Amino acid sequence: MADNEYDVAVVGGGLVGVATAWGLAREGCRVAVLDEGDRAVRASRGNFALVWVQSKGLGLAPYAGWTLRSSNAWAGFAQTLKEETGLDVCFQRPGGFHLALSEKELEARANTLKRLHNQPGVVDYKTEILDHAQIARMLPDIGPEVVGGSYCPFDGHVNSLRLFRTLHTAINARGVTYLPSHRVETIEREGGVFRLTTENGLVSAGKVALAAGNANMHLAPMVGLEAPMKPERGQIVVTERLRPFLNYPVTTLRQTDEGTVMIGDSKEESIDPSGLTLGVSATEAERAVRQFPLLANVNVVRTWSAIRVMTKDGFPIYDESETHPGAFTVCCHSGVTLAANHALTIAPMIARGALDKSLVAPFSARRFHVQEAG
Amino acid sequence: MFKRLADMGAPVAITVDGKAVSARTGDTVAAALLLAGIDHCRTTPVTDAPRAPYCLMGVCFDCLVTVDGVGSRQGCLVPVREGMTIETQLGKREAGR
Repeated sequence: MADNEYDVAVVGGGLVGVATAWGLAREGCRVAVLDEGDRAVRASRGNFALVWVQSKGLGLAPYAGWTLRSSNAWAGFAQTLKEETGLDVCFQRPGGFHLALSEKELEARANTLKRLHNQPGVVDYKTEILDHAQIARMLPDIGPEVVGGSYCPFDGHVNSLRLFRTLHTAINARGVTYLPSHRVETIEREGGVFRLTTENGLVSAGKVALAAGNANMHLAPMVGLEAPMKPERGQIVVTERLRPFLNYPVTTLRQTDEGTVMIGDSKEESIDPSGLTLGVSATEAERAVRQFPLLANVNVVRTWSAIRVMTKDGFPIYDESETHPGAFTVCCHSGVTLAANHALTIAPMIARGALDKSLVAPFSARRFHVQEAG
Repeated sequence: MFKRLADMGAPVAITVDGKAVSARTGDTVAAALLLAGIDHCRTTPVTDAPRAPYCLMGVCFDCLVTVDGVGSRQGCLVPVREGMTIETQLGKREAGR
């Protein structure tokens, strides 16, 4: 075996990993993606598929700019993927809504957005608070209980299962080696080469990009990095396919390009991916019917739960190791929204061997140690 | 294609896509459609392929029709009732119906 089979080993074959791998391959790197098997707990198969902007960045203003950057790059990203694979990920960016079912909810939403936008140096999301009548002009099927909401023109959504398939197709076409059932057990660096032991043998590479979601928590310390994670469970309710009636995604509800309506943005502390809490699904469905009464008689065909990849403070972590040069973390909650950034911005930095601090310094895990960060 | 083995049950008048169809008490909507010679009761939401009642026991969901204005009812699980209005369901269901 050669000392250095690959330029970069990407650990993790979910959306973050394959988006990064695709970007690396475009830079001319020889890339391997080390993935778990079919039984991996995989957020990429359970997510809600929003390319979402309006609420991101309260508490870390640069995250707002980072999110908007990806949102702005998304249409071109989707187009390039289509040219390379012939597959359409159905990216749409009509703007999106958050709907409030009481004056109290609306006030809370308005306050959150105000605090977000009052942060120094934050980008302008052009989010507006609208009343019932204004929303009804764009979403004619809202119910009388919708008192108002917020609208941001940069919000959108995508067919995320197709995005996942498309990225895998694209990395395959670009010669990336995809290694399933290669869950990484240890990572060591010797003589400038990373050696990754997996359940199916050893892989070596010049650089390592950790894109393993919540598992980054255990992997990062192996290369002198850290990724404090706080996974949580979400549940989604899916209806039968319906004729298009909803032209904009809503934070809790969206109609896919194929007609199904996905409902849900629940948060639970449980991290059992096989469990479902009926009360949570029922609450999600009940709120959806109050938002859109025409859903009352619609049939539910699926429900599922999935584990969110979530860093301890909810913001992304991008880092490069000082003790293990060539090791990087690419870790975030919003693998769909930020896919364009990972492919087009982060991957080229890793290919060059250094993160561009002017863009990603705020996302270092050093923020978790304010005393030492200096 | 189908014929009734015995004329059991009282006659029941229903309509299918506005046309009068006669059924009998105890028939399911799916049985009535088959007896009326209707060769498909819906088309699929994505490819518009024609579908007819198949399993007749609530499993296959191929007999979905609009019954009295409510879409995606399983015809094989709904007994006919005097004056019932049945519509074939073409493509995706309309929310609110």
